[in-house]
Amino acid sequence: MADASAKQVLFEPIFSNNPIALQILGICSALAVTTSMNVTLVMCMAVISVTAFSNLAVSLVRAQIPGSIRIIVQMTIIASLVIVVDQILKAYAYEISKQLSVFVGLIITNCIVMGRAEGFAMKNGPWLSFLDGIGNGLGYSVLLIFVAFFRELLGAGSLFGVSLMPVVNEGGWYVPNGLLLLPPSAFFIIGLAIWGLRTWKPEQVEEPDYKMSRHTAKEAF
Amino acid sequence: MEHYISLILKAVFVENMALAFFLGMCTFLAISKKIEAAVGLGIAVVVVLTVTVPVNNLLYNSILREGALEWAGLSNVDLSFLGLLTYIGVIAAIVQIMEMVLDKYIPALYAALGVFLPLITVNCAILGASLFMVERDYTFGESVVYGFGAGLGWALAIVALAGIREKLKYSDVPHGLRGLGITFITVGLMSLGFMSFSGISL
Repeated sequence: MADASAKQVLFEPIFSNNPIALQILGICSALAVTTSMNVTLVMCMAVISVTAFSNLAVSLVRAQIPGSIRIIVQMTIIASLVIVVDQILKAYAYEISKQLSVFVGLIITNCIVMGRAEGFAMKNGPWLSFLDGIGNGLGYSVLLIFVAFFRELLGAGSLFGVSLMPVVNEGGWYVPNGLLLLPPSAFFIIGLAIWGLRTWKPEQVEEPDYKMSRHTAKEAF
Repeated sequence: MEHYISLILKAVFVENMALAFFLGMCTFLAISKKIEAAVGLGIAVVVVLTVTVPVNNLLYNSILREGALEWAGLSNVDLSFLGLLTYIGVIAAIVQIMEMVLDKYIPALYAALGVFLPLITVNCAILGASLFMVERDYTFGESVVYGFGAGLGWALAIVALAGIREKLKYSDVPHGLRGLGITFITVGLMSLGFMSFSGISL
């Protein structure tokens, strides 16, 4: 991947190598923060900036880090960036930071950040690593926004808190589907999104562990 | 005593780490193909959580919290913004120490846990439990019980999922859903089941 072009590095993770749908990274927060678009967008921006800057920082010092303690060094860089993001959110978007509660802190252990620092930034230059961070952050955001869109629209009849389909309780016509505001629905939506993505790009389909043999028994006539 | 029992039941069932808060999902989905592996990882998580949550609780209450440094003459120093860095440092250090201790004194358990032990550092359930402990202001005793209960709940969930997935591989799933897709939907259904516990108030 060392000679990969900037454009490829930036756009590949969005659909072809999506961190959530294919690399199984960073799923925890994808499920918990997607009940409304506002919160989701803030979370996405936080993740994009942390991934991009941690990749940049790790890549800048990659020649100086001794191999045996690299995990701790990466953790420290990431944790410091997350603290900065957390403090900024508390200062300028207090309401949203309350709703995100522990999930801002959990960006530290979001495997996307760690995985890209270890897997990409340790081997590539600062500029490419920075782009890779943005690309992976975007791939994560695309899926998150997709999930949040359906959950807020069908669960509460609104987008960004603006009512689009007036709900029955307020004298409208739309009966909201309460299930979509509950946690399990996020799993279903992501599962279906993966199905759609893999139907579109069949090379992502996993090999079966076990193949069923064809039904060959003759009927007993 | 009763208080502690209800806390443990709450941590295991009502506020299950994996199925109600979605913490530790990455490892939850990646290492649930075989029951033996799931059991090993589950035990490792229980042990690490039972140690790290109380240690972080002590650190928070005696150093980081506002006014905690009064004995040193720094009565209005609030270090809680350093919390995240401290907790993750403690977790990484404890996992490392545990690896060495187990290797030296209980090699059988060390061999059984194998690669899962270092992986635990980046399991969000561990950091999540520490953050919840701070948010809910648990005392030291409560934090021990909570750490153990949260670990047990997570272990229970991953073993259950591994059991389902072992059976699931014989079923004829649509091509696009195979593997990750169907796992997501299975976990969704499990989490729907666990939601029935949320009506219980302890």
